[in-house]
Amino acid sequence: MTSESDAVPAVAAALHPVHRLGDVVRNGAIFILLAALMIGFTLVQPAFIGINNLMSILQAVAVVAILGAGVTISMAVGGFDLSVGAVAASSVMAASYSMIVWRFGVFVTVPLVLAFGAAIGLINAFLIVRLRIPDMLATLAMMFLLTGLQLIPTAGRSISAGLILEDGSTALGKYDPLFLTIGRSSIGGVIPVPVLLTLLVAVVLYVLTEHTRVGRLMFATGGNELAARLAGASTARLKVLSYVISATLASIGGIVVAARVGRGDVSSGSSLMMDAVAASLIGFTVLGLRRPNVFGTVVGAVFVGVLLNGLTMLNAPYYTQDFVKGAVLVGALAMTYGLGRART
Amino acid sequence: MALVSLRNIYKAFGSTRALGGASLDIEGGEIVALMGSNGAGKSTLVKVLAGVIEADAGEICLHDRPFTPRSPAEAAAAGIVTVHQSTGVVGIPGLPVADSLLIDRYADRATPFFLSRRSVRQRAQAIVDEAGFDLPLDRDFADLSAADRQLVAIARAIGRKAELLILDEPTASLSGSEARRLYAVLKDLAARGIAILYISHRLADLEALADRVEVLRGGRNAGSFRRPVDFDAAVETMIGRPLTAAHPDARPPVGSAVLSLRSICLLPHARPFDLDLHAGEVVAITGVLGAGKSRLLTGIFGESRFSAGKMSLDGRPYAPASASEAIAAGVVMAGEDRHRTSLMPAGWPGEEVRATISLPHLHRWFPSGFLVGDRETVEGHGAISRLGIRAGSPAASVWSLSGGNQQKTVIARWEAEPSRVLLLDEPFQGVDLGARQDIIATLRRHADRATLIATSDPEEAAEVADRVVVLDGHSLVSAPPGETTSLQEAHP
Repeated sequence: MTSESDAVPAVAAALHPVHRLGDVVRNGAIFILLAALMIGFTLVQPAFIGINNLMSILQAVAVVAILGAGVTISMAVGGFDLSVGAVAASSVMAASYSMIVWRFGVFVTVPLVLAFGAAIGLINAFLIVRLRIPDMLATLAMMFLLTGLQLIPTAGRSISAGLILEDGSTALGKYDPLFLTIGRSSIGGVIPVPVLLTLLVAVVLYVLTEHTRVGRLMFATGGNELAARLAGASTARLKVLSYVISATLASIGGIVVAARVGRGDVSSGSSLMMDAVAASLIGFTVLGLRRPNVFGTVVGAVFVGVLLNGLTMLNAPYYTQDFVKGAVLVGALAMTYGLGRART
Repeated sequence: MALVSLRNIYKAFGSTRALGGASLDIEGGEIVALMGSNGAGKSTLVKVLAGVIEADAGEICLHDRPFTPRSPAEAAAAGIVTVHQSTGVVGIPGLPVADSLLIDRYADRATPFFLSRRSVRQRAQAIVDEAGFDLPLDRDFADLSAADRQLVAIARAIGRKAELLILDEPTASLSGSEARRLYAVLKDLAARGIAILYISHRLADLEALADRVEVLRGGRNAGSFRRPVDFDAAVETMIGRPLTAAHPDARPPVGSAVLSLRSICLLPHARPFDLDLHAGEVVAITGVLGAGKSRLLTGIFGESRFSAGKMSLDGRPYAPASASEAIAAGVVMAGEDRHRTSLMPAGWPGEEVRATISLPHLHRWFPSGFLVGDRETVEGHGAISRLGIRAGSPAASVWSLSGGNQQKTVIARWEAEPSRVLLLDEPFQGVDLGARQDIIATLRRHADRATLIATSDPEEAAEVADRVVVLDGHSLVSAPPGETTSLQEAHP
């Protein structure tokens, strides 16, 4: 209290021209870096900047961006949803099972999978809000549970047309062609549907978190739960809502994956959780906000996508990808926290 | 010869000057109180001395030799030790007190690698003996009261051969008797030649301790008062204007009660009591730490349950199950320790002054659910001018404000919409006298609302309230409506 009380209005310091220039560099660093990368890749490999390649980058990061938005909203309420990757993967299996074994069409399958995601979100919220399990542990446990659960209905086999069921009969269903358009078609032959879907999710989530009452209260819950509750916010309900949103977004991600791959692969989505978490954390750096934010998360996902695509074009071997992602994450966090502190 | 002397210290942060040529001399064995409104530069001056920040200009001498500490560790090595306000950081919850006393030694290479329980205890006992007071060495640090934690911090400082102890609001979280124990310890240390410099807003501290009061205003020395200190003059020098009557004209309660408490038991076996709050009335409850003040307030606010009893609000039964129900009924509360109970962390959404004010009112101010329009900003501007909050704009971070202005912002939150009952738990923590007067004036302006203030400082209670009631052992000691408790009675 008194220790800060004599501190000077930080506003005055922030308006100092030198600080302002430093702020611009720091807050916009990821954009400067992104532009530099794109120019560099284009100079070496002109095909990089082609519209088709750019769209394929966006298509590649679509699922990660959607899942990252979910992780971000869980971070906004002060939690951390580690189960998004597993929810997405089991959604792939659920969608495949729904169409191939139960022979449902797209109009049943999609709501079914979304409901599955929302239900997982509710269970997560129950574990965290009601049973008071620490968020990371609860969602980590849910991740294990789902990773195992998705193998059980098919006895560990991937789901594709002609799947032999446990009772010896053959599943008669197949992927609904309309379902496949979610992952495989593009608007006007240019913008892939998953990219459009990501854009939609990003805009809705951005508006929700930054420009609505509910978003403000979610951040209030994450920032100071006691203060939020004493101000009359129903923090428990806000947490439930954010975990449900997070898991539902993950199941949307799963639908996109299923619609692109066209089969229920048991190994799909193994790296999704790490990538989504990385995108959200890189998002902390964007605009120098040092807090979860949806815009930053999407930029973070795109940044990693550009880097990986460019390096692949330059013939970097595939096994260096995780290393590159990790390096970007470490660099981004060091810049956000390390340099930020040095300045103050 | 002065032990420490600071001469013409200048310090600016960006374009704001925190210190403009402040000076300070302290002799060995002297107790000096540093007074000043928030923003007067007292914390900055102390931080320069303690090596936390570096002065832009000016000189510091220790034992008549130039001294420029570049870090708190360097200052501590030279004998200048700060006892921090947040006593939570001086020990390790989960370990015995003895270990907390020896943390500094553990980090020191001189301590043997292998330590037996017995040698730890012996070393800790030596420190406590040197400090001259008793501490429960085998108790878990987590179980200590705020007062004992403070003593642990002081013992650690003595263990480091401190010549000058700096205390920042040492009694802020202490009850009357605990504060008196601390005074005795500090006086004993001073008698043994240790100089003490402390910052405090409580007149009782200054009265009981200070050999000399140094008043800062606007980053310069505004006056110096030796014992016996003329406190009214000191306070007027500090705020730069005459004090209005410290004891306002008490208004008798009129009309029927807004909030009635009947046969309330705070704990299962506590004696039941009644309390009525009337419209336009400001009632203060005082009592030592742990007397049940916070429990009473949180019970009225729906954050906790009373063991027994009934409440009625404007004649209707009132039994809130949560804070949001209480707020909906028109009962609002600003909790103890605003950082913990009211403010969003720095850099987080909602840290702005206007967002701090709007948090409970979002559904009313933004019925569409979208944060569009300038309602928040307009309300922020209104609060800034109404309460005299010193903030650059409603969009300024609440963390750029001084403690008093942060508290005004928290009060402004609950002034922004009409309410029936306003509950304030220790609203004057870390608030200087100037801001305190502004807040009191604001609180007393309302004729339609009942205000209940919990404070452990009886003088504060008398200053703000129409009626003072005393809680002791989770029950009301006094206060049938209309009667006022004397300050002596309020002191345990």
